[in-house]
Amino acid sequence: MFEFVSAILILLGASFALIGSIGLVRFPDIYTRLHGPTKVTTLGLGGLLLGSMFYMFLQGEGVAVRELLIIGFLFLTAPVSAHLVAKAALHRRCQSVCGLPDRDAES
Amino acid sequence: MSSMKRWLPHPDVSAVLLIVWLLLNHTVSIGHLLLGTALGILIPKFTKRFFPEPVFIKRGTVLIRFAATVVWDILVASIAVARLTLDPRSRPAPRFVRVPVSLADDFALTALAGTVSLTPGTVSAQLSADRRHLLVHVLDLDDESALIQDIKQRYEAPIKEIFQC
Amino acid sequence: MLNASINVAIIMLTIAMGCNLWRLLRGPDVTDRVLALDTLYINAVALLILADTADGKPLFYEAAILIALLGFVGTVAFAKFLLRGDIIE
Repeated sequence: MFEFVSAILILLGASFALIGSIGLVRFPDIYTRLHGPTKVTTLGLGGLLLGSMFYMFLQGEGVAVRELLIIGFLFLTAPVSAHLVAKAALHRRCQSVCGLPDRDAES
Repeated sequence: MSSMKRWLPHPDVSAVLLIVWLLLNHTVSIGHLLLGTALGILIPKFTKRFFPEPVFIKRGTVLIRFAATVVWDILVASIAVARLTLDPRSRPAPRFVRVPVSLADDFALTALAGTVSLTPGTVSAQLSADRRHLLVHVLDLDDESALIQDIKQRYEAPIKEIFQC
Repeated sequence: MLNASINVAIIMLTIAMGCNLWRLLRGPDVTDRVLALDTLYINAVALLILADTADGKPLFYEAAILIALLGFVGTVAFAKFLLRGDIIE
């Protein structure tokens, strides 16, 4: 029963990671491509790590709380790197399917 | 008070450092507790000038409720983006939207930008030089003013309350 | 059953890394490549954690957390470089 929960979490996490990467290939410009990796892949990794923690716990390896450290770190850093990549793309005036905002607001 | 301030300029940072150290070593033995405490005291002392103003969380309960909202929104947002990715007929309508913000504190602004990036189909792309507008890229926009309202009510208001700025 | 699910997950992650690699090679802009590299790091962390889970022993934990840390620092450094043409201000 608990093994089932852990397997479901791992499978869900892996499919979310895959969907994020498919978004990276499928979407038309850099700004839309950002959405897949930042949100979907990060959530997928969270699910995968929770499943792995659960499994380790069932194996009697003790409560593997340190996986939580990776989850916390990824959820803190994913928006930062997405913001910086978006900013760099705007700075380089990368093409967008929806038209770029005007330049004046740049800091 | 002043000696306490000199030795522990950021008590919260010290506590986080100790916890992270114990998690990394996966133990709570006396030796690592002492070593972690020493690191927790020394690291903030030596890096004090990188973050001069301490951050104060003023409303803990609001923070917990806000965290729960954000986790829920991350789930919903990810499923929405996943559906847009997988459906071959989907024609997302991406747009840049300028959201006005009125947060005084740098840390609060960072928290808002990060939350916006993690939630509903939006990535924060740029903060204007006068810190009054956040440029946000939306993956699938149908109503601009509704989105701005949503960000202001759901995320900006609680952050304002938490940091009291 | 768990072993089967771990194998399926490893296959999915390999396909995901293939997608990232395609974007990394294809571009078209440097920022696309930086983004692809960042996603590749995250997927590598996922793969290492899965390898741990398959063994039932936390052998690769340190490697996973190092890749997570260095991947983030690398992405920030690349983005800074693209923004200013210089890493240290």
